[in-house]
Amino acid sequence: MDLSYSHEERQFREEVRAFLSQNLSPALADKVRLGARLGKSDHEAWHAKLNARGWLASSWPLEYGGTGWTAVQRQIFEDELALAHAPRIVPFGLTMLGPVLQKFGNEEQKRRFLPRILSGEDWWCQGYSEPGAGSDLATLRTSAVRQGRHYLVNGQKTWTTLGQFANWIFCLVRTDKDVKPQAGISFLLIDMTSPGVSVRPIVLIDGAAEVNEVFFDNVEVPVENLVGEENDGWTYAKYLLTHERTNIAGLGFSKAGLANVKRIASAEAFDEGLLIDNPHFAARLAQVEIDLMAMATTNSRVIAKAAAGQAPGAESSMLKVKGTLIRQEITDLNRRAVGPYAMPFLPEAVEGGCNEEPVIPDYAVMQSAQYFNNRKLSIFGGSNEIQRTIICKAILEL
Amino acid sequence: MNFQLTEERQMLKESLRRFFAQNQDLGLDEFWKALAELGVIGAMFSEKQGGYGGEGFDLSVVFEELGRAGLKAPLMQSGVLAGGLLTQLGNDDQQALVEQIIAGRLQLAFAHGEPRSRYLLRHVSTTAKNCDGGFRLDGHKSVVINAERAKKLIVSARTSGTFNDAGGISLFVVDKDLQGLQVHGYQTLDGVDAAEVRLENCVLPKSAMLGQEGQAFDAIEYQVARATAALCAESLGAMESAKELTVDYIKTRQQFGVAIGKFQALQHRMADVLIEIEQARSATINVCGHLEAERGSRELHVSAAKNLIGRVGRLVAEECIQLHGGIGMTQEYRLGAVAKRMIMIDHEWGDSDHHLQRFIELSRG
Repeated sequence: MDLSYSHEERQFREEVRAFLSQNLSPALADKVRLGARLGKSDHEAWHAKLNARGWLASSWPLEYGGTGWTAVQRQIFEDELALAHAPRIVPFGLTMLGPVLQKFGNEEQKRRFLPRILSGEDWWCQGYSEPGAGSDLATLRTSAVRQGRHYLVNGQKTWTTLGQFANWIFCLVRTDKDVKPQAGISFLLIDMTSPGVSVRPIVLIDGAAEVNEVFFDNVEVPVENLVGEENDGWTYAKYLLTHERTNIAGLGFSKAGLANVKRIASAEAFDEGLLIDNPHFAARLAQVEIDLMAMATTNSRVIAKAAAGQAPGAESSMLKVKGTLIRQEITDLNRRAVGPYAMPFLPEAVEGGCNEEPVIPDYAVMQSAQYFNNRKLSIFGGSNEIQRTIICKAILEL
Repeated sequence: MNFQLTEERQMLKESLRRFFAQNQDLGLDEFWKALAELGVIGAMFSEKQGGYGGEGFDLSVVFEELGRAGLKAPLMQSGVLAGGLLTQLGNDDQQALVEQIIAGRLQLAFAHGEPRSRYLLRHVSTTAKNCDGGFRLDGHKSVVINAERAKKLIVSARTSGTFNDAGGISLFVVDKDLQGLQVHGYQTLDGVDAAEVRLENCVLPKSAMLGQEGQAFDAIEYQVARATAALCAESLGAMESAKELTVDYIKTRQQFGVAIGKFQALQHRMADVLIEIEQARSATINVCGHLEAERGSRELHVSAAKNLIGRVGRLVAEECIQLHGGIGMTQEYRLGAVAKRMIMIDHEWGDSDHHLQRFIELSRG
């Protein structure tokens, strides 16, 4: 047992911090810290800075333009970015599709798509869930029928995060209806500028238009956009999901969120003192911090156990459940911390376009919206109920 | 013991449920008028005050139905808080305003909380200083619900003492167009109109004072107790609504070839939601039944109920969204509105943490 970071790892952390201090503008970091919704250009500009340093694809091997970092380095990198309030790296191309193409894509697909993920030329989104296929994803019905040199795609995807910014979507489609559901699914790359693709925003509980419905009406997709083998898509989909879950604990976000609670509680008045000195609030805060300290080690243990460079297996479900519960508890603390100012909803006050003096403290503006928005954490990426079922089957063998 | 509503209250409850279900889309002004015509505003006041109710269970019947329907009306501000203060403390001229409230012709707001007061009722920094036989008010009142629609505000200000004294707080009836009074309006997350109200050199005649100088705290605490009981009932109605939506949803949503409500893991969670909502109902009954008790007992029940409602509101909001999945996260679907209301209620007149601490202090005597 050795819980300390090596000399090289500590040096690496300093390197990441130096990069952040030079490249992350205070204005952008403020937007992230205050929970403002970022525009496409905010994300693209940040990706470009990371890419210029060669750090955008932190989980990719060197041969594809990745970093070749160890799991520990990746964790340090993710922590530092989150603690500095950097925008999150948009995961669809980098963490989801990239590893699938690297493992199952053909040479032409790798050459064609991987560099454009790094350069930002393509913005990918994920076409998995459908109105009738959420937790039970394998029953998806969007169909792809082979007609000569193309597939004809018809159907609907939903909960497509940031699909409004995307020009490409990777989709699970049904290519065989006559076998058991998992055996008739293929993994298809679809150009969203193709005729017949339409995107409709879904406004969420906090007013954000962050997810979408994507409709396919007789969309022609060239057969060379099929990844791997026809009807083998379920294998690739599961592979992608385990990658999606490597940072599912969202440790960096929790650490940043906790730092934010402390900052707010040190500014908020409580009776004749400050909220941070109130024993009841301090106890709640300490409780979450204790959970988070253990979670960091649980996360490291799971990563260490997985073979080098491989995604963890069913243990990642554990990280997802506990990690999202902690993140959600922190959003609850943040909304509590701002007291009655959790009520006003003034997103424009932190999203620019408002030059007036803020009517309430800027740190309070988005707290309730964030609390509600983060309810999604226990729903998406395989709901926490699905994760618990995986734990029961794969670990407990119940 | 008898836990039955009186026949009149039962009838009111049923007629409100029908009316609210059929009139979901009324504008705020129309809705306010309709409430007056239905006699709902009058139900906030006793017969002596010109109404026909005014007791805890009159408030709870009305607010539970408002909460169930997810409807917003400035009933709390005009009918309970400001109206209550006027009836409790007002002189003849001020009492006369109550009749206008009951008739639906006057809306008011209660401007009490301040940026640094958090949930402490005695924490008033706004000052009212003697000037030319009247008073000059200066200060900042935060999250004043219904300030924009209100014609008059009831403003608390300190005539003596330091910011944290219960003594020395006075109330004033202030016209909205008073010079030096600024209202910066916004909506809350759950779509209620609120505002920051700034008072700068606001000069008032002596007649604007409501009640005795420096002695408003007890009345504020009592009227906030009534408002808290009403809020608990409103949250309870919202919880019932969220529960019904969720039970319907899990009975119909099919995954893995069955309705997801067939999964025992989800069934048990809904059973817990039901148990906790029954607890919330009992806590609401407790506080409503103790509004006229002596102060110590009354306030103990206020804090007990608001703490429990805050905790259960969070549980119900979170569980119902989770059991719905993505659809529960959308603005279009009804659940979102009631879930947001439950959470926002936690921030009105003290969240579950505030009332836990207050309960501890009160129970020490």
